[in-house]
Amino acid sequence: MAMTITEKIFARAAGQDRVRPGDLVNANIDIIMCHDVTTPPAISMLKEKGIDRVFDPDKIVVTPDHFQPAKDIQSAELHKRLDTWAKEKGIKHYYKLGRAGVCHALLPEQGHIRPGEVIVGGDSHTCTYGAFAAFSTGIGSTDLAAAIATGQLWFKVPASMKFVLKGRLSPGVYSKDVILAAITAVGTDGALYRAMEFVGPALKDMSMEARMTITNMAIEAGAKNGIIAFDEITRAYLDAHLKQKAEYTVFESDADAEYVETVEIDCTALEPLVALPHLPSNGSPIGDCAGTPMDQAYIGSCTNGRIEDLRIAAQIMKGRQVAIRTIIVPATPEIWKQCIDEKLAEVFYDAGCVVSAPTCGACLGGFMGILAAGEKCISTTNRNFVGRMGSPKSEVYLASPATAAASAIEGKLADPRKYMG
Amino acid sequence: MAKAHVYKRDHINTDEIIPARYLNTDDTAELAKHCMEDLDIGFVKKCKPGDVIVGGVDFGCGSSREHAVWALQGAKVGAVIADTFARIFYRNCINCGFYPIELENAAEKINDGDEVEIDYENGTIDNKTQGKEIAFKPLPDFAIQIVKDGGLLENIQKRR
Repeated sequence: MAMTITEKIFARAAGQDRVRPGDLVNANIDIIMCHDVTTPPAISMLKEKGIDRVFDPDKIVVTPDHFQPAKDIQSAELHKRLDTWAKEKGIKHYYKLGRAGVCHALLPEQGHIRPGEVIVGGDSHTCTYGAFAAFSTGIGSTDLAAAIATGQLWFKVPASMKFVLKGRLSPGVYSKDVILAAITAVGTDGALYRAMEFVGPALKDMSMEARMTITNMAIEAGAKNGIIAFDEITRAYLDAHLKQKAEYTVFESDADAEYVETVEIDCTALEPLVALPHLPSNGSPIGDCAGTPMDQAYIGSCTNGRIEDLRIAAQIMKGRQVAIRTIIVPATPEIWKQCIDEKLAEVFYDAGCVVSAPTCGACLGGFMGILAAGEKCISTTNRNFVGRMGSPKSEVYLASPATAAASAIEGKLADPRKYMG
Repeated sequence: MAKAHVYKRDHINTDEIIPARYLNTDDTAELAKHCMEDLDIGFVKKCKPGDVIVGGVDFGCGSSREHAVWALQGAKVGAVIADTFARIFYRNCINCGFYPIELENAAEKINDGDEVEIDYENGTIDNKTQGKEIAFKPLPDFAIQIVKDGGLLENIQKRR
């Protein structure tokens, strides 16, 4: 029977020959991602229940990121609980301050993500890793506790939805615009409970960084996971990043696999998009919203805080001045260092931006750039819900790093294409 | 008697249920003080133990934070009734021993302030105010068992 890539990964993880959408399977977990907000409660639950066991300390990757460096006493306490536990359990891959970074940028960069595997994490954007032809999904603290103790979780095998990315992206248009277009096309629950499988020629022009931006936001359409097939671009990234256990299994969707729905996105015709408040599905072509005044620009996060994103922003800002508060957040220490080595930090400084330490920070309204009532922020992040980055009376506009950089310069929503070439 | 607090809104997200500015703690009592704060600042004051929240489609979308369910439980909310739920939130509810009830056009069948009695296992809502009985598809048996046990970890322990 024909299967999709997601179904094949579940069949392997559950030790079955085949699975169908709707089947309940008990899957073995390959990697568990743990951060500072949702893991401490999971640790407490396990302690409370007297469950001391960690299924495999080598398969758990720990990094504080949401509120690191600790933003207040309470978050310092969370970090302390995470630190004590990670040391006590002998967690092999524990990234402490200085090496810790935004989890979904850090794990692939440090070589923890392999094709064909099942990865779960206590964070909704865990779906990012699907860019590597893996199954990955976000879970809550109780599931996290169960996974840490047993190395297994039950799943309902999702039906798959195919997104065909046709054509080629024009200059000034990026993978962020593609995923905003996809979410706008189907709505924030358009892929509820489903797998979003991305295929098509436009992917051939996208780096792994760019692809991660797409799978990162699968959750914003309600999906269980986002997934992209393995190709030479995947292989090249893995060759450069996998440090150990370099072998992996590549699964591909069968040509006659079943999809509940197919959505086509014409990438050639795509323009830079901005998701207006307060839903990621409110995508608007920049031509329709340019000129809206902004108070802050934020370039960072697990969606768009990777080196490629910072290069794009720097290219636009070089020799120019920002007109509003502009915060640049390299997602990991390596990206932060690259940002300095490549002299991007200098460009940002000269333009009048501030460059922060790696953190999830203001993306989720934590710290390092919180908005006051009535303020508007152009942001490269993934959510623009009410109050997401601060006051419930503030507004968040989602866009690519290029659109955010152009908007930072003008102090209002701006088309990045006029600053290119 | 449980009272319904109806929000005629789709996509009520976890940032509204418990804003991230309060995620520096996982203390249920502390989280409960801010339950639904960014959607309805007066919610905690008017919610009585056992009251239910009624919403539209895609309830609980956004973050994986289980803090959203803990905040609802801490505020003594009895259940959430919505057209559909976002999947992580739905799973978190069951894992925490809290009932998510899927009911099509929920906000049209239940008005704000209606008094309701819910039979979770048989799938009926007795709307006392309107004198109507509303049927819904109950959770599968294994999920009901998890909720009755008080959550997934309790359920796992019981099974061992």
